[in-house]
Amino acid sequence: MNIVNQLQRQFIDFSTSLHREGFVDDQFTQLQKLQDENSPDFVVEVVSLFFEDCEKLINNMARALEQTQGVDFKQVDASVHQLKGSSSSIGAMRVKNACISFRSFCEAQNREGCLRCLQQVTHEYSLLKNKLQTLFTLEQQILAAGGSIPVVD
Amino acid sequence: MVVETGFSSPRTDAFPAGLRVLVVDDDPTWLKILEKMLKKCFYEVTTCCLAREALNLLRQRKDGYDIVISDVNMPDMDGFKLLEHVGLEMDLPVIMMSVDGEIRRVMKGVQHGACDYLLKPIRMKELRNIWQHVFRKKIHEVRDIESMEGIESIHMARSGSELFDDGSFLGGEDTTSGRKRKDADNKRDDKDLGDPSSTKKARVVWTVDLHQKFVKAVNQIGYDKVGPKKILDLMNVPWLTRENVASHLQKYRLYLSRLQKEGDIKNSFMGMKHSDTPPKDSTAGSGIRNSINLTQDNVSNGSFSFPVNHTLAPSVDLKGHEGDRKGITSGPMTELKGPFPIDVSGPRKAKSSKISFDHSLGSVDSVVNFASFGPTDTAQYSWNEIPEIQFKQEYEPLQLENRFSQLPLPGLQHHMLPEYLQPAVSVSPGPSITEKEATSSGFEVKSMYDDYRSNHAKHSSQTEAVGESHSLNNQVFKSISTTTSSMKSQDTVPNHLTVSEFSPKNLYEGVGADDLQLCWPQGDCYATNFGLQGLDCTEHNNPATALETPFHLYDHPFDPTEYYASDQGLFA
Repeated sequence: MNIVNQLQRQFIDFSTSLHREGFVDDQFTQLQKLQDENSPDFVVEVVSLFFEDCEKLINNMARALEQTQGVDFKQVDASVHQLKGSSSSIGAMRVKNACISFRSFCEAQNREGCLRCLQQVTHEYSLLKNKLQTLFTLEQQILAAGGSIPVVD
Repeated sequence: MVVETGFSSPRTDAFPAGLRVLVVDDDPTWLKILEKMLKKCFYEVTTCCLAREALNLLRQRKDGYDIVISDVNMPDMDGFKLLEHVGLEMDLPVIMMSVDGEIRRVMKGVQHGACDYLLKPIRMKELRNIWQHVFRKKIHEVRDIESMEGIESIHMARSGSELFDDGSFLGGEDTTSGRKRKDADNKRDDKDLGDPSSTKKARVVWTVDLHQKFVKAVNQIGYDKVGPKKILDLMNVPWLTRENVASHLQKYRLYLSRLQKEGDIKNSFMGMKHSDTPPKDSTAGSGIRNSINLTQDNVSNGSFSFPVNHTLAPSVDLKGHEGDRKGITSGPMTELKGPFPIDVSGPRKAKSSKISFDHSLGSVDSVVNFASFGPTDTAQYSWNEIPEIQFKQEYEPLQLENRFSQLPLPGLQHHMLPEYLQPAVSVSPGPSITEKEATSSGFEVKSMYDDYRSNHAKHSSQTEAVGESHSLNNQVFKSISTTTSSMKSQDTVPNHLTVSEFSPKNLYEGVGADDLQLCWPQGDCYATNFGLQGLDCTEHNNPATALETPFHLYDHPFDPTEYYASDQGLFA
């Protein structure tokens, strides 16, 4: 098997596992389908935007939760809600799910619970970031080797 | 029957390709994705991440978009509010989006007039179908127009030959017209082809003028007792249908209820706005706006429809109809004295003033909010306080000049106003008449007014007053334009000021032209006006605020008369 095929094989396997493990869902596939010659780096661009937004929101939440005087749970909740919406844009399922449970702790004004959720959200975000970076690297390698990126449905 | 879709632009053939979509979402990721998806549908996409920006865009390019898609949660403005504004001012279909699919939220969206509510993540196929909403709306408009046209022809025939109504004379044709007439009678649709834009577009544009009439009618009937039919009867606009009024009434109700709830937020908005528009005497403008229309258009909109002509009467209850009056006069109005405090402080003040005129009365804030929406010319905005806009045409030249290069021709009332308002009122618009300017211009105005008055002098009757007010207004506006931010003093004689607009009865009752003159103390226009007015501010409740707006705009010393004129609506 030549190098291109090998890489493509790897790509397919990796992609499938991402879906299977819930890192991304169908929305991510939709994004990949949107990519075309007009915007060849569409997915990478969108994902980058998402990660930027994610970091900003996580920082907001952390800051709000750090307030010893009194945590503004509304603000935290607003950020979580935003993150939830954002994560749905690229199909970041696990991040999104982490947000859902986060929101109920916000509603309950449970600081400890919120901090735990924040930790989880941060963790999921890091995991996803690594996974997607691996995926993009594979894509680059395939293209560099002269192959085309397989479409995984 | 040929259904004219109303798409006369080149894109028509390729419809729905080329559909002009405006997407509003604060989430950059979604904005990018939606843009890509919509482009894949061959739509023309414009994106923005702030609601205010969106409103500005919409106001600047009326008819520049076919449909708006907006997220519900946005930092600067509630998506529902944006929805209301778009519906009222531009009458475009709006689709809401959210990651939250809670039934109540969706219901709220529909209630506020959203033609659809999409849940995120949004798929391509959902976006592919959005053209249906645009098409549907066009068809309905066309239907209205066509029926109106039919009715109109009948009416023309009818009026032309009353004697032959019985049909014998006209023969077959008559029967048809007879039938049509019946329909017309039922529908009360007299399409008055006087509004060329509407015929073409087959869409009722709620200009400031029109909205003012609407508000006036609502106030006359009594908000609690209104019904589309009653309003329609009172408005006496031949080409308007009951359906038009009904849907507008629904939006208006929402708007009012929202205003009532709002309060400080608006102020903050106002503040926001004002700050946004530093160069323009937004402060002044805002102040004015507040008083005038604040309700609807936040100053920013500029659309502050100064109902120049009309507003005076009913709605502008600046005076005191409501306790607000005081606020106005003392509040923003006085505030305006200076550089139109409106800008930031404006909103607050405006509130008070505003209160008077908008229906929500107490909601200066609400007004403010509106203002915050669009410092820019919100021509469309006028609907809020439409009364003010009345002047729109006239004013436009005057003030808007600065900013509104785009201002449409006088013919476009609604367009005009916003422009008009803007300079003066709107916080944002440049031309806003700042106090300083006002002062300087005020003088001018006064003198102009005097000249004017002397020219016109002669009538002493109310009508005269009215007339004068009209002219005054014109003058005022003129002067305003000259004085304030380099407004071009076009002689826009505020047509709307013309007697037709004014309801002499309310405006000038007991108020002589001289009275009007009185007041134009700097910045304290309102106070003076009110005094003069002595009018029954009854009407004040009406959105007359719109009317008031004009005043506000001109916060600077305009001839009281002028003010009066515009105030007529308010005080009526």
